[in-house]
Amino acid sequence: MHKTRNILFNVYMGAFLLYLFAPLAIMGGAAFNDNKLPSVYPWKGFTWRWFADLMNDQVMWTSFRNTILVALAVVVIAVPIGTAAAILINSITGRVRAVLYGVMVAPILMPGAVIGISTLLFWNQVSVPSGLHLSVLGQVSYIAAFVMLLVLARLQSFDPALEEAALDLGASHGQVLRRILLPHLTPALAAGGAIAFFQSIENFNVTLFTRGTSNTLTVYVFSKVRSGITPTINALALMLIVMTLVAATWYEIGRRRRARVEAAREAEGRRAAAAEEM
Amino acid sequence: MQDMLRRYGSSLTGAFVALVAFWLLVLVILPNLTLFEQSFRPYLPVVDVGGPKDTYSFNNYAKFLNNPVVWNLFGFEVTVPVHLKTFLSTVFFSGVVTFITFLLSYPLAYYLAKVVEPRSLPTLILLLFIPLWVSEALRAFAWYIILTFNGPLNAVLVGIGLLDKPVRWQNGVLTAYDAIVIGLVYTYVLFMLFPIYGSVQSLDRNQIEASEDLGAKWWQTHWRVILPHAKPGIASGCVMVFMLSAGSLLVPSVLPSTSSNWFTQTIQQWMLESQDWNTGAAYSFLYILLCTVVVALVMWLFKVKLSDIAK
Amino acid sequence: MSAGIDLENVCCDFGSFRAVDNANVAIRPGEFFSFLGPSGCGKTTILRMISGFIEPTQGTIRIGGKDVAGLRPNQRPTALIFQNLALFPLMPIWENITFGLEVRGVDKATRRRKADELLKLVDLPGAADKMVSQLSGGQKQRVAIARALAVEPAVMLLDEPLSALDLKLRQHMRAELRAIQKRTGVTFIYITHDQGEALAMSDRVGVMSQGRIQQIADPRDIYNNPVNGFVASFVGENNVFTGTVQNPAGGVAAFETALGTFRARLGEQARGPGVKLYVRPEHTLLSDAAAPENSVPVTISEVSFEGAFISVMGNAPNGQLLTAEIRNDGSATVPAIGAAMHMSFDPARAAILPDAAVSGG
Repeated sequence: MHKTRNILFNVYMGAFLLYLFAPLAIMGGAAFNDNKLPSVYPWKGFTWRWFADLMNDQVMWTSFRNTILVALAVVVIAVPIGTAAAILINSITGRVRAVLYGVMVAPILMPGAVIGISTLLFWNQVSVPSGLHLSVLGQVSYIAAFVMLLVLARLQSFDPALEEAALDLGASHGQVLRRILLPHLTPALAAGGAIAFFQSIENFNVTLFTRGTSNTLTVYVFSKVRSGITPTINALALMLIVMTLVAATWYEIGRRRRARVEAAREAEGRRAAAAEEM
Repeated sequence: MQDMLRRYGSSLTGAFVALVAFWLLVLVILPNLTLFEQSFRPYLPVVDVGGPKDTYSFNNYAKFLNNPVVWNLFGFEVTVPVHLKTFLSTVFFSGVVTFITFLLSYPLAYYLAKVVEPRSLPTLILLLFIPLWVSEALRAFAWYIILTFNGPLNAVLVGIGLLDKPVRWQNGVLTAYDAIVIGLVYTYVLFMLFPIYGSVQSLDRNQIEASEDLGAKWWQTHWRVILPHAKPGIASGCVMVFMLSAGSLLVPSVLPSTSSNWFTQTIQQWMLESQDWNTGAAYSFLYILLCTVVVALVMWLFKVKLSDIAK
Repeated sequence: MSAGIDLENVCCDFGSFRAVDNANVAIRPGEFFSFLGPSGCGKTTILRMISGFIEPTQGTIRIGGKDVAGLRPNQRPTALIFQNLALFPLMPIWENITFGLEVRGVDKATRRRKADELLKLVDLPGAADKMVSQLSGGQKQRVAIARALAVEPAVMLLDEPLSALDLKLRQHMRAELRAIQKRTGVTFIYITHDQGEALAMSDRVGVMSQGRIQQIADPRDIYNNPVNGFVASFVGENNVFTGTVQNPAGGVAAFETALGTFRARLGEQARGPGVKLYVRPEHTLLSDAAAPENSVPVTISEVSFEGAFISVMGNAPNGQLLTAEIRNDGSATVPAIGAAMHMSFDPARAAILPDAAVSGG
């Protein structure tokens, strides 16, 4: 009985993965079709020309550079803010904490368009014109909340007695932060930085309303999809997907190697324990 | 607070507080207050701002109730303002998307959490994560290619004889929002999957075995033991998917039909095409209200706390 | 209503690892039977095979004479009590207890009545509407028992249910479990690594090691007549001598060791290189003069007062540490450290035994 159930589940899992990846494959495949409309069907022959077009597309390159710059700026601002917020919320209790927590997570639940519009209106009031700097601020307002949640989760496993021990041994407050707390938070900070980076690259809603006349990659893709569609978009998509796949494969290989090392260590531990019992 | 001072001293604590204050005041609270304030002001040429015409009113909100159109609602013809119709359609179809993603995700979340071999789990999770790293615009675009009239879906379906002639999927078979729903489900299904997976995973396997041992059939175990335990995750997934769907601008713009309209598109028209930021602000504020109502509703329905939803 | 359980040549493999090797046991209806062994000996695997969460790789399991191969846990007349109890935290106590009835479609009023009855049986009246988190460890234990009893199982399977409790409560719950078992007449199969628990509660005990059932007997026999060195060591302390068997005759043999030749009972399979001589400390006598046989001169190295008895340790001439326990009844004088004395034992109280039966052998 368990067997049939497991077969059904495996089939479903396979179908789901197919559902996730087939559209991406179709989109990637269309990048090689010598058809001026982006599609795999009808197939009109293999070509590299959409990639060549893409390489010569200056707007794309500017957008790409802008996206990376915005994402880096978001990481640099959102990670410290999110970390500070997590430390703050972790050290208070009661009603104040509940209210503060509510205000902090609210931007996650708010539509990106609204965040973009409110950012635009506020800075317009204080005479700051729109542009990518506003996109950065708008994105930080909700991405900092993601960082805060990640760091907060990590803080729950932190033993505050360690800080007390360090203070007791004569460490300064700065040293406590640098030598005790931050090393413990490192995994969460790295994850927070990665999420901030990807969230920023992905972002469209906030950027659309705050960008002024500058382009980021998502906005560029959007305008391309809406106006004159050529398979250069598919070429771009394929390259992004391939980059993602390469990063994922690299990560997976590293993970497997670490798992093997860990397994070897555990085996050594078992041998040592067995030797002790002799 | 006392605790922080003791641990980190006054200058570090000051820096923490300043960072948080900058975030919450300058980036969150003040912009939203501005939005609220601006939504009551008229849209005026620059010279008139601050002049006698610049008075507070509900005029911007009143636009929400202008331009009545006839709406065929399940066979009944109702006359509603066009923007209200858009708003209600957005809410309804976001609900549909949420429901479909839940149906798709729950079995998979259970499979990942309790059935699959632990050895292959990290690889599967990674595979599931990959589409998340592909831009939303591109994911919607992929479906644009698939659903297009001369596209592969029609080619395959006609080819294997399921269809006599190609269908205009984007114009909708059931409703004008078919393509948008398909695109939103595809784009956001993982935002439902991962929270549910997380909450099912935290369930002690003994709870499931105890239920089976006491004679429960598989659906009884799910209904009485696993689903109640997974409630916070389901609540979180539902809120996320609903918010993302209702707030999506990309998918409805890339996969529109001739008669589909998403509320974000309406706001975008006010903001970027009409350049009437004040009405845009008013409509944005309505959106915030909607979000608050939805979050409160889910918290009440599922009896969960805000900290359960935002994880 | 209770049922017997027969395991015939049951094996269970996990990949290349044989968790249970050729288990044969006939558990009688209404019996309190314990599987005793260290962690990883296969006792939990046996329990999970009986309850239906694992299918045996080979062999037959019969419950009440009926082969249960292919039956799912919810189709077997067994109820399992989990090590961590696995109470449902989101249901009140009474729903927990009657969950098994609920899923069988019993109506609410009947269930409620049944819950009250069972709570009385386990001595927890009035807890019906509490939540699991409001109960103490011992109370949760009782709720778990009530929940298992509610489905009127023919067999109760208990997986170290007392291990999470503190010592006092554990001893109290032993008596309680035994009483509930007698009251209901249900067959209990109990898994534990605590020999005190197994010996105190059970009608019979099966001692396991490395996937093998080493010995099945009543508690007294397990302690007094262990079949091999593993059983002897697992259920109590021993003075162990290595050596070789000489002149075996009529269940008795001489045993040649570095400390001299001793006479002792010869175990049935006591052959080969793993054979050793085992003597319990409480059967080891302490005297000033050498005894006529089985006597070893010792220098007292440590005396520790344990309350009911006094444990005396001495070094034999070859350096081996021997232990004797003397009852604290005022009759014996406590020796001084460094004193030269003799330890001896009765041949009828000493056994020459083989090592444990090993998997695959």
